Amino acid sequence: MSTLLKNIIRFVLFILVQAFVLDKVPPLHQYVKPYLYFLFVLWLPFNMSRISLMIVAFIFGLCMDYFTGTPGMHAAPCVLIAYIRPFLLNVLLPQEKTEFSYIEPSIKSLGWAPYSVYVLILAFFHNLYFVLLEWLQFNDFIFFFSKVIATTAVSMLLIYVTELLFQRKAKFRTNAA
Amino acid sequence: MRNIILFIRRFFTFFMFLVLQGLSIAILVKYNKTHEAVFSNVAGQITGKMGKQYNNVEYYFRLKETNKQLEAENARLRNELLTSFEGPDSTKQQKLDSLLQDSTYKVRVFTYLPAKVVNNSVNEENNYITLYRGRKQGIHPDMAVVGPDGVVGRVIMVSDNYCRVMSMLNHKSGISAMLKKGAYNNGVVEWDGKDASIVVLRNIPKTAKIQKGDTVLTSNLSGIFPPGLMIGQIDNFSIEPSGSTYNIKVKAATNFFTMQYAYIIDNANWNEQKQLEAQTPKN
Repeated sequence: MSTLLKNIIRFVLFILVQAFVLDKVPPLHQYVKPYLYFLFVLWLPFNMSRISLMIVAFIFGLCMDYFTGTPGMHAAPCVLIAYIRPFLLNVLLPQEKTEFSYIEPSIKSLGWAPYSVYVLILAFFHNLYFVLLEWLQFNDFIFFFSKVIATTAVSMLLIYVTELLFQRKAKFRTNAA
Repeated sequence: MRNIILFIRRFFTFFMFLVLQGLSIAILVKYNKTHEAVFSNVAGQITGKMGKQYNNVEYYFRLKETNKQLEAENARLRNELLTSFEGPDSTKQQKLDSLLQDSTYKVRVFTYLPAKVVNNSVNEENNYITLYRGRKQGIHPDMAVVGPDGVVGRVIMVSDNYCRVMSMLNHKSGISAMLKKGAYNNGVVEWDGKDASIVVLRNIPKTAKIQKGDTVLTSNLSGIFPPGLMIGQIDNFSIEPSGSTYNIKVKAATNFFTMQYAYIIDNANWNEQKQLEAQTPKN
């Protein structure tokens, strides 16, 4: 399956899962909201330019927004993590290699620890910005602080579960492709 | 000039980032201000359709609960039929304005239109509901929405066949409310985002005598809602330490978890009232 087709399917699936499964889960607590959809941005291929990465993330976030009825609310954090992503990958990827040998970020291509750091930082930034936008509408600092931490923890849990359930075959990049 | 172009080219990614961020925030702010999103019509159609598909499945599992609610409502309405009363009916509330009319001739002000709930959220900070009824069926923004048991929210966006409702479980819902008991103390119902079955009633002065279990109704000040619709019952209350008002938690009458049907209420005089209120007093 080509990378493009794979990502289009992922685009649709992540939105549907977030809108019709995770958003429908009865709330455990005000702070505990499961967010998984932004994993799509984290899984985008390495070789995308930073501009196209941000545009894809923007469109993805906006699509998500129309399901929750808050246009702009998901788009802004998605663009932010798409912007940070290349910086983070530069730091985390093994420096001695001159080019990436894998198509997209995964446990296999980065290794357990760097991948966890990668996911944790981006999930944190996503939730930080997302909750910040929510928080600007009603002021309560404890709400802001606890919600960022709680949602990040839940997101991390969900991402690990996803990684374990759907083990992506880490394909090598070839010249033929 | 050349330097400016070089500068922009050098930081093109960053500028792109700022532009996209600005765009997102602009959409968000614009939406919150005017309750109208860009492309909301097309997007509303598509997400509405998908919500309907999802609801077809969900609806089946909630049939029992829905039936019970509708049955209870039917019973309540039958009790209000004229045939249930004897003699001159003085208990019936007259929901009409004192227009230049013969007092025996009744003018319809509020019309109830049934609508199917196709999408509903309870666990966001600001919740919205999609109903399967839109512009083609005569829906416009600022119409009230009630469920079988009580108040649900207010229409904010309309597409051809769907409408988007700001649920009472929303920080911005601000439904005008009053207490049934005692003097007509007016307050505002909002949501604090904590529990989907509890809303907050604000602005009730300390002088009001309230107790647990008191009924909270929509007030006559809202204009959108007919007065006297059930919002809920007082669950508990406390006096705000630095203020002259109560902080009241109200158990919402509507069960937002199992809601499947709602009624959209059309106020025939709404446009007239709004136009009058939009004018600036001359003296």
